[in-house]
Amino acid sequence: MKAARNFLLVALFGLLLAACAPAATPAEPAGPTTLTVMTHDSFAVSEDLVRRFEQENNVKLVFAKSGDTGAALNLAVLSKDAPRADVFYGVDNTFLSRALQAGIFEPYASPLLADIPAEFKLDPANGALPVDYGDVCINYDKAYFAEKGLAVPASLDDLLRPEYKGMLVTENPATSSPGLAFLMATIAQYGPEGYLAYWQGLVDNGLVVASDWETAYYTNFSGSSGKGAQPMVVSYGSSPAAEVVFADPPREDAPTASIVGDNACFRQIEFVGILKGTQQRALAEKFVDFMLGTAFQEDMPLQMFVFPVNSRAKLPDVFVNNVQIPEKPATLDPVLIDANREGWIEAWTEVVLK
Amino acid sequence: MRAVLKHVPRAAWLWGVPLVFLAVFFFLPLGAVFRLAVESWAGGMLFKWERVLRPLGFTFWQAGLSTLLTLAVGLPAAYIFARFEFPGKRLLRVLTTLPFILPTVVVAASFNALLGPRGWLNLLLMNAFGLDTPPIQILNTLGAILLAHVFYNTTVVLRVVGSALVQLDPRLEQAARVLGASPLRTLREVTLPLLKPALLSSALLVFLFDFTSFGVVLLLGGPRYATLEVEIYIQALQMLNLPLAGLLSAVQLTCTLAISVLNSRLGGRRAVPLAPRLRGEGTRPVKTWRERLLVGGLVVLLAALLVSPLAALGLRSMTRLEAARGERSAVQSGLTLDYYRELFVNRRGSLFYVPPIEAARNSLAYAGTTVLISLALGALAASALASPSRANRWLEPLLLLPLGASAVTLGLGFIVVFNKPPLDARSFPLLVPIAHSLVALPFVVRTLAPAMASIPRSLKQAAAVLGASPLRAWLEVDLPIIARAALVSAVFSFTISLGEFGATSFLARPETPTLPVAIYRFLSQPGGLNYGQAMAMATLLLVVCALGILVIERLGGETI
Repeated sequence: MKAARNFLLVALFGLLLAACAPAATPAEPAGPTTLTVMTHDSFAVSEDLVRRFEQENNVKLVFAKSGDTGAALNLAVLSKDAPRADVFYGVDNTFLSRALQAGIFEPYASPLLADIPAEFKLDPANGALPVDYGDVCINYDKAYFAEKGLAVPASLDDLLRPEYKGMLVTENPATSSPGLAFLMATIAQYGPEGYLAYWQGLVDNGLVVASDWETAYYTNFSGSSGKGAQPMVVSYGSSPAAEVVFADPPREDAPTASIVGDNACFRQIEFVGILKGTQQRALAEKFVDFMLGTAFQEDMPLQMFVFPVNSRAKLPDVFVNNVQIPEKPATLDPVLIDANREGWIEAWTEVVLK
Repeated sequence: MRAVLKHVPRAAWLWGVPLVFLAVFFFLPLGAVFRLAVESWAGGMLFKWERVLRPLGFTFWQAGLSTLLTLAVGLPAAYIFARFEFPGKRLLRVLTTLPFILPTVVVAASFNALLGPRGWLNLLLMNAFGLDTPPIQILNTLGAILLAHVFYNTTVVLRVVGSALVQLDPRLEQAARVLGASPLRTLREVTLPLLKPALLSSALLVFLFDFTSFGVVLLLGGPRYATLEVEIYIQALQMLNLPLAGLLSAVQLTCTLAISVLNSRLGGRRAVPLAPRLRGEGTRPVKTWRERLLVGGLVVLLAALLVSPLAALGLRSMTRLEAARGERSAVQSGLTLDYYRELFVNRRGSLFYVPPIEAARNSLAYAGTTVLISLALGALAASALASPSRANRWLEPLLLLPLGASAVTLGLGFIVVFNKPPLDARSFPLLVPIAHSLVALPFVVRTLAPAMASIPRSLKQAAAVLGASPLRAWLEVDLPIIARAALVSAVFSFTISLGEFGATSFLARPETPTLPVAIYRFLSQPGGLNYGQAMAMATLLLVVCALGILVIERLGGETI
């Protein structure tokens, strides 16, 4: 009967594990109301800021993380008739047009918009309000270039020169959002007619393509912990700051820097909006104001490694010392992006991957 | 007449619960996604069939190759595990199971740590032979995909075929030998036919796993290779082209169904009666030098193929690469435990920081629940399959369908359908283990069914004649025979749940992430500390899983 006893033991063991499962949400608490914020996986915030907001407004914040930017937006659009949240944060300018077309947002003219420069306000109806921006730039391994006595390329054109052969790794725009952003930078620079010729030039100059940012950065790039073979990688303008914050062993200056020539970086702007049909309009407005206010705006850089849009917010020192902000980042009209995304990626695939 | 009447409701009842489960948690969400896909088709959308056919062809090609290779490694390994006693056997068996749980990002990282341009092996070879360029360049090739699939799935063959092999009555083979058959002829005419159900089962499971492979193809194969699953991900989440994603999902599901039907046709229903075997019966210590060579060679092969990437990972989690920057071949390294220490610090006061112990606890809780759900449902379905019925032919492949559904599609479906209490994806904690159970169920059924089908009727009848109640007969006749298979399926459901990432990332609440989700969080930001912590967390996942498997095997009386 040993087997039977053991079988029961297995069952008991399982039950025990099940018992310490995360408890089901208790019946709606009578106290604070709940405000649900739908967002992407990269969302992060300091705990004490959230607790303060909750106390001041007698509200319980629930963050529903729903995959990456595309997945989260997809869910918001698919569930717009029975919204699963009150606020949506994280749609960026490459997906903005899709969100606005689907009409998932209620307009809200927050008083804090006054502190935000006009270049970030892409939705005149104020359904989607800008929260942060970040640039997708080429990062380079400072030590590599110093040691070889090689000048750092200053522009997209420079990357075609023979001395940089085989030195750049980028990501497939079909599977990676920085990859897509870099593709758009080249379209902004060379136009829809010229960008493919430019990419052909990059391929001829030994371009390396990875599927995702993690592989490109940690496996191929020589300036990261992976110690790969390429000294230049398509990453974020804020990555050098992250290399300092998460350095091991600690260090003062970043091992990497960004190439910020004209149109070399593509600017991503992220938006927040109140979801149509919310029962908590007043609270949702307060939360949007909270996100646009200086406390949250100054918290973002070290939590999500993005830049505040509120011009009153100050950047942390590690950003000021290590991050280059492009004077003329590349941008494209969201409507144009939405109409052509698929076509551009397909054409790119034909040229670069075939 | 009475027998017929009694028989029909019993099978229907046994099928009922698993089918309702599938209907609610599989067909309903899937249907919702298909409906949305059709609704947003908007009439005039044009696409080329090539967009479907090209990934389809590649999917079949790589899955077929991968399955053959996996069988080539797994079958000899299963034979040796079942027939010989050798030191370190138990440990090796647990180690070979571990690849199964690793998230693909981690596998990619450990393959890179081992075989990448700066991997241990290349550095070693470059130093030894004074080479300027890394001699091994396997990343981003078909070879990397195949290697990773073998790495992942050998354990399936090893466990499924191995448990059947142990269960075989050694007297059958002995009789053949006594009657003058050569070892080869015994293998061909006695052992292999008896193993056929298990062989087909494991081949099918491995094929389906490779068929829906996503992370391996994306991360190790590089941007030039795309399976259906990769294409679904691109269309659904990057292009937001739901109609095409829906179409691709439908094609993938149809293929899965066709393969499963074909497999169950091939399998027939000629189960050979099994009797409970004594532990250790049929295994013997390695004696002759030929056997030593055979066993030793296989152990080395398994260690090189399955264990060395794990070791590279563990080593990397304790190594700080201090760069002599720019000097491309010299990377100095030092040992450190900092990455483990740092896991326990919420340095930036982040709201979503999760202590590693809690992530491990979440993972274990989900895995334990998955074992319970899938074993309970799987036992019902498997006993329904054991009683002969024409419906089984069609119902069995149905159970395998969840293996062919993409995590992206199913995840979307769950969230679209389960949006109201009590089944709210945001707050109902059972949805994660339920999603895991969908994937685990085919394994459980495929492992339990052959064992259940092989219980000799005469034994049960004898028990009944001797006055045993049906419960007692089940406990003392059925249970000992299926205990091994139940154990194997428990290990599978446990590991599937621990390693699953795709559906979990959709369904797990941000406050209760699992270990794989926590690993991804670290890897998604730059910085040596993040990378080191990801490796440390992955090593913790390995340790947690190894302990879990040891506990399960101990409870089950260390069989197979």
